[in-house]
Amino acid sequence: MAKVIIYPINSLILSDLVERFGHKPLAMMEKIKDKVNTVGVDSPPLNITAEEPKKGLKYAAVEVPAGVRGRMSIVGPMIDEAEAAVIVNEASMAFGCMGCARTNELTKYLIRQKEIPILEVEYPRSEEEGKEFVYKIAEFLKSLPMESRS
Amino acid sequence: MSKEKQVKVALVSCGSEYAGVQGELDKVTASVNAKLIFPEIDIASLDTIGRDFGIEAASPDLRLMMARAQAVVEGISDVDGVFITSCFRCAEAAIVRNEVRRYINKHSNIPVISYSFTERTTAATLMTRMEALTTIARRKHLLAREHQTGLTAGIDSGSTTTKAVIMKDDKIIGQGWVPTIKVIDSATEAFNHALEEAGVKAEEIQAIGTTGYGRFLIGEHFKAQLVQEEITVNSKGAVYLANKQKGSATVIDIGGMDNKAISVEDGIPGMFTMGGICAGASGRFLDMTAKRLGVEITELGSLAVKGMQEKVDMNSYCIVFGIQSLVNSLAKGSRPEDVAAAACHSVVEQIFEQQLQEVDVKEPLILVGGSSLIEGVPKALSTLLKIDVLVPKNSHLIGAVGSALLASGFVEE
Repeated sequence: MAKVIIYPINSLILSDLVERFGHKPLAMMEKIKDKVNTVGVDSPPLNITAEEPKKGLKYAAVEVPAGVRGRMSIVGPMIDEAEAAVIVNEASMAFGCMGCARTNELTKYLIRQKEIPILEVEYPRSEEEGKEFVYKIAEFLKSLPMESRS
Repeated sequence: MSKEKQVKVALVSCGSEYAGVQGELDKVTASVNAKLIFPEIDIASLDTIGRDFGIEAASPDLRLMMARAQAVVEGISDVDGVFITSCFRCAEAAIVRNEVRRYINKHSNIPVISYSFTERTTAATLMTRMEALTTIARRKHLLAREHQTGLTAGIDSGSTTTKAVIMKDDKIIGQGWVPTIKVIDSATEAFNHALEEAGVKAEEIQAIGTTGYGRFLIGEHFKAQLVQEEITVNSKGAVYLANKQKGSATVIDIGGMDNKAISVEDGIPGMFTMGGICAGASGRFLDMTAKRLGVEITELGSLAVKGMQEKVDMNSYCIVFGIQSLVNSLAKGSRPEDVAAAACHSVVEQIFEQQLQEVDVKEPLILVGGSSLIEGVPKALSTLLKIDVLVPKNSHLIGAVGSALLASGFVEE
């Protein structure tokens, strides 16, 4: 089972695909769930406090907006942990979106800098492309080792 | 405040929930008996909003901002005010934030404030702005008041000076102006001066209004009927003193610690911005300049009008660096009058760069606050903007007069 980071980072479809092929998806939903359920922190809706943008300094310098660093405090550790990645480019918003284009650019860049297996595919615009899209992702996920390196 | 209707404020934002400031936004709105709501939108509109609105922003949250602004303007979302906010230092967000603010301003009468946050933004930073927004939404009847009636007092506890006035039937009959040292003691001293000059006793005063940084403390001490932030009060006081209560006006208030630019329509503030990054664009910088030149602050203005700012290179974006360029220019042999002119120019240039980019300047331009009495400041502002600058009589008493005027609404109540 490999730890596979997905992009868009909160795509339910990608997360489900990764799981179906026996790997562990690294996705935003689970991290946000952990945040929201953190006992003793009361900062709705996401329980992100002023500490998160400071933690994000590991991934982006202080001149980068607080919203980017706050997001990176969650996304960054997932990139660190990733053993493989599936990146879907030009996806529609309904497929998954992080909200901030600058965070998206940084996320993809940092994933691409890692020496891990990466599959980059374009978001499908027709049924035919859709089939091809799922096929490519399935083949990529099948090629990943079932044993995690960590 | 809690007896008044809760104000619904639409949050039109990008990233506030990820920047650690959402809790502070909730805190400040709760403290002024308001509630943040997220305007509902049709999710499909996000695909087309870029073209519909005109900015094809790359960030989906900015498209969400535009869609939410559209929902507010079209009345799909029923709100009393709008708070537009995005990350500080994001260029794309700054473009969208400004255009969304202009769009709401143009297509509705809903008051709007705009702010760019960092993770260090606190509820206290936003207090004056949010208080002004909710006041405009909640107390339009009070702000529509054009005449002061009865015997009322206004006290403005500013960061540098405390001003007090006693007013009777549209006339200032007593005034006091003292440096702010201990907030309550200074307010008492200014108030007593005003009472003495007016020849009335404190118990005869029918209503008191307080404003400025110390408004809450002195409001409680003097049992004031009106405790109000400076944006509302000063814009009201400015158009009242300038006798420009009808139609459009722009008010610029250069205070001791910060400055404000307010767009006013029929005496009611609309768009406003408040600076506070550094005291370089405040009266404090002029005060320090006067000290360094060895002149009284009251003499700085007449000195400045004799000088030529072009001869001195000065940028007081930061008060420390500003003083540094002042010292350097004097060391190079610059004339004091040129340095004084440069200091006045530097202050108004920053107001132009920081505040007036977000407020449409509509004439008359009314300059108020203690700094307006320094002749070099209105001159520099007029030269920079190429329009006439109006400095009403008693422009330094603007907050106190505005408070006394608005407090008279409580005499009748």
